[in-house]
Order: sequence, then structure tokens, then C-alpha cells
Amino acid sequence: MRHAGLVSKLVLLLAAAALVAVLPRFMGEFRLSQFTFVAIYFIALLGLNILTGYNGQISLGHGAFMGIGAYVSALLSLGEPGLELFALDPPGWLPLGDGMRPVFTIPLAGLVTGLIGFAFGFPALRLAGVSLALATFAVAVSLPSIAKRFDEVTGGGGGLSLNLPVTPFGLDVSTRHWLYYEAWGTAGILLLVAWLLVRGRVGRAWRAIRDGQIAAVSSGVSPAAYKTLAFGVSAFYAGVAGALLAIEVSFVNPDTFPVSLSILLFASVVVGGLGSLVGVIFGALLIQFLPIYAQDPPLLPFDFSKQAPSVVFGVFLIVIMIALPGGVAGLLHRLVRAAANRLPTRHNTSERLAVSPPGGKAQ
Amino acid sequence: MAEFLQQVVSGLAVGAIYASLALALVLIYRATDVLNFAQGEMATFTTYVAWTLMNHGLSYWPAFALTLAIAFAGGVGVERVLIRPVERRPEVVIVIVTIGLLIALNGLTGWIWGADVKAFDSPFPNDTFEVGGVTISTQDVGTFGVCLATVLLLWAFFRFTTLGLAMRAVANNQNASRLVGVRVGWMLALGWGLAAVLGAVAGMMAAPTVFLDPSMMLVILIYAFAAAVLGGIDSPVGAVVGGLALGVIINLLGAYVDFVGSELRLPTALAVLLLVLLIRPSGLFGHVVVRRV
Amino acid sequence: MPLLELENVEARYGAIKALHGVSLTVGEGEVVALLGANGAGKTTTLRAVSGTVRKSGQVVFAGRSVARRSPQALARLGVAHVPEGRGLFTELSVWENLRMGAYIRGERKTLRAEAPRIFGYFPWMSERRDQQAGTLSGGEQQMLALARALVARPRLLMLDEPSLGLAPIVVEEIFRIVGELNTKDGLTVLVVEQNAEIALESAARAYVLEVGRVATAGTSDELRGNEAIRQSYLGY
Repeated sequence: MRHAGLVSKLVLLLAAAALVAVLPRFMGEFRLSQFTFVAIYFIALLGLNILTGYNGQISLGHGAFMGIGAYVSALLSLGEPGLELFALDPPGWLPLGDGMRPVFTIPLAGLVTGLIGFAFGFPALRLAGVSLALATFAVAVSLPSIAKRFDEVTGGGGGLSLNLPVTPFGLDVSTRHWLYYEAWGTAGILLLVAWLLVRGRVGRAWRAIRDGQIAAVSSGVSPAAYKTLAFGVSAFYAGVAGALLAIEVSFVNPDTFPVSLSILLFASVVVGGLGSLVGVIFGALLIQFLPIYAQDPPLLPFDFSKQAPSVVFGVFLIVIMIALPGGVAGLLHRLVRAAANRLPTRHNTSERLAVSPPGGKAQ
Repeated sequence: MAEFLQQVVSGLAVGAIYASLALALVLIYRATDVLNFAQGEMATFTTYVAWTLMNHGLSYWPAFALTLAIAFAGGVGVERVLIRPVERRPEVVIVIVTIGLLIALNGLTGWIWGADVKAFDSPFPNDTFEVGGVTISTQDVGTFGVCLATVLLLWAFFRFTTLGLAMRAVANNQNASRLVGVRVGWMLALGWGLAAVLGAVAGMMAAPTVFLDPSMMLVILIYAFAAAVLGGIDSPVGAVVGGLALGVIINLLGAYVDFVGSELRLPTALAVLLLVLLIRPSGLFGHVVVRRV
Repeated sequence: MPLLELENVEARYGAIKALHGVSLTVGEGEVVALLGANGAGKTTTLRAVSGTVRKSGQVVFAGRSVARRSPQALARLGVAHVPEGRGLFTELSVWENLRMGAYIRGERKTLRAEAPRIFGYFPWMSERRDQQAGTLSGGEQQMLALARALVARPRLLMLDEPSLGLAPIVVEEIFRIVGELNTKDGLTVLVVEQNAEIALESAARAYVLEVGRVATAGTSDELRGNEAIRQSYLGY
């Protein structure tokens, strides 16, 4: 039974991979760019899902992590010579080097962001639930202001422009194509990593903590270590996504990562389905194709024509929460199970059972 | 010295606005354990309603009163329609519903009224007067007064009326309230209604200065969060004290500390928020909440 | 006709079934005890009556079928439930707790009229009206919970483990008061207790629950007299 599930998942995965590989044939450059964004959001959402879906820690600040990744990759790819061109004078102790290629900047950006996320995970241990949501929200709101304030490094309000990306190895594909494959290739690798983490010992520990920290402790899991690890890993993913984003649009400035992005990321991972890797793709598609995220300082865009989608998205979110707490993935899961004639599978929900036998808290 | 006092006074005025919104957050949190991320947008929406009423010829104070009534009804409606279906679900779910409401309301506001910035009348004359060498703006005094009056009225309601008592009982122990015959659901709705009223007051007092646009209250909401956490998320007194204190502190820091200047005011408030959450999560006046971490 | 009748009541918490078909009756003016070990379903049975747990089966109070009614409706019909843990409003004062007890009958007038009677049973309350309920001692808290339940003159008083965490002398006092309420005012009482000994001294009849079912029942004398029952079910 177990193997059947695994095999069918593998088949689906291969089919999806084939689809991704072949898609560019059927679309123009603009569409292609949109799907590159889907890959980018996919990576960010994978990370957020690990933190919130599998480990139960709410983060309303992942846009900030993406921003950090974007800035780091921009700085690294420009290097000191590049920054000089901007008339920027970063402090000498920053190891910026001479300008690196994406193959280095992306992982490094991820690593730096991951370390920052890991560091954030320590104070986060003392917060829970709504407090953590508030704290991460605070970080997300602050980032643009901080970026503007430390303009010797970040280029202030104007931000930094990266050199236009160049297809490596002299391959005969357009840059847009190359970026598409780069993004999806990275996404694929990171999906594999996530999958391995989640179904292994680490993932089990994460879920145990999510479902009841006291029980987890008594079964020998050290919550502190795993929770900070979750933060670090999810920040790493967001950092990589941010780095790819910076490369894709060739610039980064404080307005690229407003708080609305963080909120959108969180909302999308929930709608897609917390605690489900499949749901993440829906979340990513949602973010890209429900156009409410724009690069303006205020929370949501001013354009009249863009207001209606906000309303739709908000209502959508509410309805999903009321009717489908498992998100789109949960719905699919139920449909698949119904279709497969209710084979007994282990149902993995991210909701706790509402059990309160005598002796529980006064409601 | 005079300048210092001036900063304190104007800090108190803006702090009164934070205090009102913070009190709204605390009210809902005490009753339902929910942090209403949409509190600011609800306030914005009702402020636009006031604007519309005034545009249609209603003078200020009648429009003000009518808006409060509409806000109350709106708050009750939101609780009954959106929150009730999910009130027994995990925190995450309810947080997301309020976030959904935030997004939807923000869009709706822009859709109905357009996204251009509008002017909003103040009921107070735009002049100043002198007290012992300190220049005080009438606006500031008026703002402070209105917010304070609203808070006091609310306090009296909770202290002296049966309904207020029942609401306090519900916030303390929902199950016991049911057993003595309280219709808990409607008490919660009432709480949301009153919170919406507080938000409307905050919005209408803020609008003349910050101007009316769909995202007007977002920043103020964050200050309100910081104030509520500073004062103690479950303490009404704390919300008021926290709001006033935050208003004054931010003002003084912005004026006297170069590093903060005008750009880092918000992050400073948030640094306060984070520090409080880490060092003393119960805030100044709250009770230590033992959370299932 | 009995004042309270349960027939084949089943109850669950989420996926966990706590009662597997409980049937019992309480006659008007009786004191009936519900005994059994931890987790036997005693608390759940009271909740089934007051409407605070999901259930199926018949619950008839004063001739009315109330299985589908809300807790608020039950309170208005005259069922006073003092839950486990006392269910006090710890942040409110003694007086305010009593006011809430009168809530269903229009609290101000009712409490003014009933206060003398309440203070008659619990004289110390009149001096400490403004004390916060959470700062009272365990025994005082239990008495306040009891007093609050009595303000609106209920027809049925349900007590969940009144002796929990209290010194024997306090427990005796509480049961003495309950006994007095029963003999003088004719108050019907259903009391859940783990301390079977003290419960059987006040109650006329008792049911013993085990794993969500009625294992045995009888008058207090019968149960006390039966060595085997005492040892296997009552623990003494």
C-alpha cells in the first residue's frame, strides 16, 4: 500500500517535471517570465510551509527574508567594483568580493538568509502563536524602512540594479528561457530536499512539536533545536527565492518587498494547504495570477482596476478557512481518497482534534 | 523646555489615537483570544463612511454619531458572520480569517471610494493657544479629549451596567457564563461592535492629519499593536497607558535622537514591540499567560 | 414523575466516546450521588444535563425533553450546574459573581431580594463583597460557587466534586449546607463525588459509573452495607 502511494507520487512528479520542461514551447516571453515567478514563489512557499505547516510556527515576515536574500545576491553579484559605480561606499569589513556569478550568489544568499533566520529562531522560541505572528509582522513592516536608512549598503530608496543576466556556457537559448529553467531547476532540487527532510526524522520531529510540544519532549525530541532549524531552513528557501527574484527583475529596492508580500505568502500557503507539499504549487499559482501584489509602498495597490481582485482574494481566503481548512490540497486529498474507494490511508491533518475531556481548560 | 513639553503634548494626542485602537484590539482579545488584524481596515472603512455622510450635507457631529452606530452594527455583523463559524478552530485559522478581512476591506475601500487621497474635516479649529509658554494646538487637545471621553464612557459601561458585567464574565470564563444563562455568542458580538466603535473614533480623529486613503490605518494599527503588547494584551488599562506612552516616546525619540529621525519611527515602535514580547510578554499591566508553546 | 430523567445517553468529545448509554433518574426533593473512579464519566453526565457536551439520547427535566436545548435554556429552566473547578469568575468580585448568578432573572432586583437568604447561609460573604473571587481560599471559592448557583432559586442543583482539594472540615460544612438546603428548602441535588464516603452520608440514593456506564445503583444504605460493592467500586 505504501509503495503504491510512493510510485503514484513519483509518476505525478515526473509528469509535472515534463510539463514544466515542455511549457516554454507554448508561450511567449512574457508568459514565460510569469511562470518563472511561479517557480520563485514556489520556493518561498516551500520554505514557509516547512515552518508553518510542518512545524506550526506562524510567520508573517517571509517577504522580509526574501528581501534579505535579494539584497545579498545583488550585493554579491555587483561586488565592490559594481557598488562603486553606484557611488556607494559600503563598510570595509563586508566581504563583497569582486562580483560573483549566480551559481554562487544564489546559494550564498540563501545561506546568509538561512543563518539570519536561524538566529531569529532563538528569540522566536519564546513566542508562540499570535505573538510570533506579530513579531514577524513587525519585521516585515520594518524592512523597507531599514533598507532605506542604511543606504550606504543598500542603495537606499533607489536600490541596486544588477547586471543583466547572461546565459552561461554559451547555450543557444534566450535569457528568459535560461532564467525559467534556472528557477524551476532550483525549485526541483529544493523540492527534493524538502521532501527528504519532511519525511525523515527531522520532519517527524517537526510535526511532533507542531502537534504538541509537551508530548514531543517526552518522546525525546528537543523542541528548541528543531524549531530554530525550521526557521533557518525556511529562511534559506526564502533567501534563495529572493535571490532568484532579484536576478529575474534585475534590480532590488525597498519597495520590492512590502509587507503585503509577507501577508500574501502566508495567506497563499494556507490556501494551498498547510502541511502539504502539493498544496504549495497552488499557492504559488495563486500569488502570481491573482494580481494584488504590486510594488507600491502602501499595503495594496492604488489602481482602481486592481481593487476587485483584492476583495476576491480576501473573501476567498475567508471562505476557504471556513469551509476548507485543509486548503486546496486538503480538498484534492479528499477527492482522491473518495475516488480511490476509501482505502485506509493515514490521514495527515494540520488541525488539532477538538478534544477536551474533563479536566481540560475552561472554555 | 517648552519644546520638550510641546512634543509631549502632541505625543499624547497621537498616543490617544493609538490608545483607542489598542483598546479595541484588547477588547476583542480578552473576549475571544483573537488578535484582529483587520481592526485598522475596519476603522478606515467607517471613516470613509463618515466622509461620505459629510459629503452629503450632514454636519460633523451628527455624521460622527451616525458613523459610530454604523461601525457598531458592522462590528457585530463581522463577528456573527465571519468569526462565529471559526471560533472553535485553531488560532491559525482565525488569524487568517482576520487577515482575509483585512485584504478584502482594503480592496473594497479602494474600489468604492477610489484610491486617491482625500481631505477629512476636523471638528476642531486649526489654531493654537499658549499655556505657560508652551504652544498647544487645539486639534491635539480636541483629539485627546474625544478619545479619552470614548474610553471613559466605555469604562463606565463595563463597570456599571449589567451587560457590561456579563461581558466581563464572558471574557473571564466562557463556560461558566453559559451555565448562568449568558448568551455568550451575542456578548462576543457586542464586544466586536464596541471595538469597531473605538476604531471608528480613532480613524476619524486621525484622518484630518494623516489624510484619508485606503491604507491610512495600517501604520496606526502597527503602533496600536505595539501599544497593546506594551501595556499587556489582556489589559484595557494597559492599552490606554501603552498607547499614550508610545505616542510620547516615539515623538520624543523622533525629535531628539538623530539616529531615529523620521524614517525609523516605525521600526522603533516595532523594536519596542519585540523587546516587550521577549523580555516581558505580559506587558506592563497584563497577566502572565502560560501559553502552550 | 422524576424531576430529572436520563435515558440511554451517549456523549463524546471529538472522536472519544465518554458515555456509552447512561440512564438514571432523580426525584424531586432527593439528593442523589453519582460515584465512580476518575474518568468514569461522572462529569460528562452532568454536562449532558446542562447541555455543555455533544450527546445523543433522552434527557427529560420537569417533564420537558431538553436534550437539544442550550445551556442558557437549561439555566432558565432552573438547572444550576456548579462545574468541576468551580467555574467562578475569578476576576470579578464576590458580589459580582453573585450578581451573575441572578443574571437569568434580572440581576439587580433578584439579588437585592435574595441577598439576605444567601448571607444567611454564608455570613462571611457580606463583609467581603468586594474581594476578588480569585483571591479567596479553596473552601470559600466552593461556597461562592454554591451561593451563586442558589441565587436564582434553581429547581435542580448539580455539584461536580465539591470536595476536591478541600480540607475535611470544610467539606463537612459544605455538605451540611447542602443537606440543609435539601431538607429545609426541598432543593433537589445531584452530586458527583470521588469521595464516596461523604457523598453517601448526604445522599439517599447513588449510581456508580464505570467506563461510561452505570455499573450499579441503589440506596445509600444498600451500597454502604454491601462489602463487595464498597471495595470494588467505592474504594473504602
